[in-house]
Amino acid sequence: MKARVHVTLKNGVLDPQGKAIEHALGALGFGGVHDVRQGKVIEFQLAESDPKKARAEVEAMCEKLLANTVIENYAIELNG
Amino acid sequence: MKAAVIVFPGSNCDRDVQVALRQSMGAEPLMVWHKDSDFAKVDLIVLPGGFSYGDYLRCGAMAAQSPVMKEVVARAHKGVAVLGICNGFQVLTETRLLPGTLMRNADLRFVCRDVRVKVESSQSLFTAKYEQGQAIRIPVAHHDGNYYADDDTLSAMEDRGQIAFRYCDAGGAITPEANPNGSLRNIAGVYNETKTVLGLMPHPERLADPQLGGTDGRALFDGLVEALT
Repeated sequence: MKARVHVTLKNGVLDPQGKAIEHALGALGFGGVHDVRQGKVIEFQLAESDPKKARAEVEAMCEKLLANTVIENYAIELNG
Repeated sequence: MKAAVIVFPGSNCDRDVQVALRQSMGAEPLMVWHKDSDFAKVDLIVLPGGFSYGDYLRCGAMAAQSPVMKEVVARAHKGVAVLGICNGFQVLTETRLLPGTLMRNADLRFVCRDVRVKVESSQSLFTAKYEQGQAIRIPVAHHDGNYYADDDTLSAMEDRGQIAFRYCDAGGAITPEANPNGSLRNIAGVYNETKTVLGLMPHPERLADPQLGGTDGRALFDGLVEALT
């Protein structure tokens, strides 16, 4: 099974890296860009084939390591 | 007092901590490699600064899952004193031994210079040799020292006296200009609820010897030796 985890900053958490990207886009001539937020995508293959078990496993991975739930949210995509 | 310094792959301030502890203790601290899931009984555990695991994923995130950290967390819950400096502070927040988290510095720059911090309370194992409200000079060197916790957590921490150090100016005033990294409420260091675990971004071990340009950091180690011997 293929797993894809999106880790993003919670609303209200300041994202200076997102701001820097926003400014750089503006400097490149792309107007009308607001609220840039930068996140991460972590992809991997999972041996577990049962979708329920796989989701539970990946959720545990997110809670324990992949996301810092003080400031980050996560979203899980499972395929196959 | 017996002390242990935990060394992760990528830690680079472990030897400076060893030197500072040796100076204050008059004896050698134990240097413990992160793969050792057990080590001798000690009164103080220090998590040093550096770039454990290259800061991959998040600073301190993977070090927090090292075999040795299970034991460190267990001992912290039993009341053993733990000091986390810089990357060590990051590891402590990742294990949730300390509340909040350290994020990328607000201006995105790596900051490497002397700052001043105010000692919020002299009533702890770590700060007994400082004066209440004293402004000390101490170096910082970090890219991710921006302390964050939500408002409810911060209020609770303030009520319980968990804020250990705040960035200040030479006169001890807490100002935005004195804040090197955007930390909320100028927070430079925090305690856990029992004040037996301390995390701070500045490096006391780097200003503990006249040859290093100052000794404001030494009192932290001297205070620990006195409290824990």
